[in-house]
Amino acid sequence: MQEWGISVLFQGRNLIRLLTGLWVTIRISLISVAVSIVLGILLGMLMTWKNPITKGLSRIYLEFIRIMPQLVLLFIVYFGVTKAFRISISGELAAIIVFVMWGMAEMGDLVRGALQSIPKHQYESGRAIGLTQSQIYRYIIIPQTIRRLLPLAINLITRMIKTTSLIVLIGVVEVVKVGQQIIEANRLTVPTAAIWIYGVIFFLYFIVCYPISMLSIKLEKIWKG
Amino acid sequence: MDFAFIREYSPLYIEAAKLTMRIAVIGILGAIILGFLCSMIRYYRVPVLQRIIGAYIELSRNTPLLIQLFFLYFGLVKIGIRFSSETCAVIGMIFLGGSYMSEAFRSGIEAVAKIQTEAGLSIGLTKWQVLRYIVLPQAIAISMPAFSANIIFLIKETSVFSAVALADLMYVAKDLIGLYYKTDEALLMLVIAYLIILLPISIVFSLIERKLRYAGMGN
Repeated sequence: MQEWGISVLFQGRNLIRLLTGLWVTIRISLISVAVSIVLGILLGMLMTWKNPITKGLSRIYLEFIRIMPQLVLLFIVYFGVTKAFRISISGELAAIIVFVMWGMAEMGDLVRGALQSIPKHQYESGRAIGLTQSQIYRYIIIPQTIRRLLPLAINLITRMIKTTSLIVLIGVVEVVKVGQQIIEANRLTVPTAAIWIYGVIFFLYFIVCYPISMLSIKLEKIWKG
Repeated sequence: MDFAFIREYSPLYIEAAKLTMRIAVIGILGAIILGFLCSMIRYYRVPVLQRIIGAYIELSRNTPLLIQLFFLYFGLVKIGIRFSSETCAVIGMIFLGGSYMSEAFRSGIEAVAKIQTEAGLSIGLTKWQVLRYIVLPQAIAISMPAFSANIIFLIKETSVFSAVALADLMYVAKDLIGLYYKTDEALLMLVIAYLIILLPISIVFSLIERKLRYAGMGN
């Protein structure tokens, strides 16, 4: 009698292995998001400077990174840079480098947008009631910027997690790779394993991303009013 | 840098770029149609169907294209549903793009003030006329930035099709690296190919957006 494909999931430690793989994906996304948020805030502030050189350079960086598919960037770092400098880096490190570069560009643009969306009269009124420059930022500008920024930054996390699925293509062992190993190992005994494993991975991504997107939408709604 | 190599193999990239563009165009057109239908079903609040559409949108927006493609290409084969790489790529693109396009349309429709619909109805227009002459023209202008961002996003997403054995730009680059170890040349051509495809589109869209920004009510 042929076995049900889903049973593969409960053989041995298969489910635990899949979840461990998923954790690799999430860990890479979270590290990349954390670093990108810090660097992105700096980049965003840099982009609001009036200096034409910093403005031009940051613009070119932003456009290039955003126009290139992330997979191309992964290839450039993983195959190109390593060969050019004769160094060897793990797929995981290459992934973090690429996602930080990308996340920083995205975050930088969000920060710039948020900073510029605050009307000039907010600064002027602050000054008019006698606040110092640091008080204006501390009590007026930064709280408003964060409200505009946080939902978008949280949204960036889900985009990052989804994009992290690409790293299987540069050989990182994460959830998809583990899934493929399980499918290969059971090729003869359970031929229909592929549909179940990929189906489960599909829902795992959904289970991780859906609450985060909901949180982002909810925050946006609360703070809009 | 080996320029003879670049000259010799650039035709491969041109072929691959044509394939990528063909799938992108079909996929995006399909996604726009699907997205429009979905947003209309939600606008008219069609019972049952709007629930299904809602579930579809959440599923498709919260999962990566790569996994959707793997499921279509490697998973469904096991229960006898076999697609070619190209069909699989187009279906994946429509499945992913439909939800993004639907959200773009919806945000535009929601941004048109309710009072305008009511005003339209009160001067005796039908529901369809209100949609056709009042809501849609403004909604499309409002959703244009999201719309163009989605198109660029979808074209970028085509890069993962190499994973289901479609001979696109990534596939060619990977092949050349594997066969000849000409990493620099292969990657340079890859970057240039994507710049040639995406840069003009991105510039055209930002020009259109600048024009449309003044199309809203009250400007």
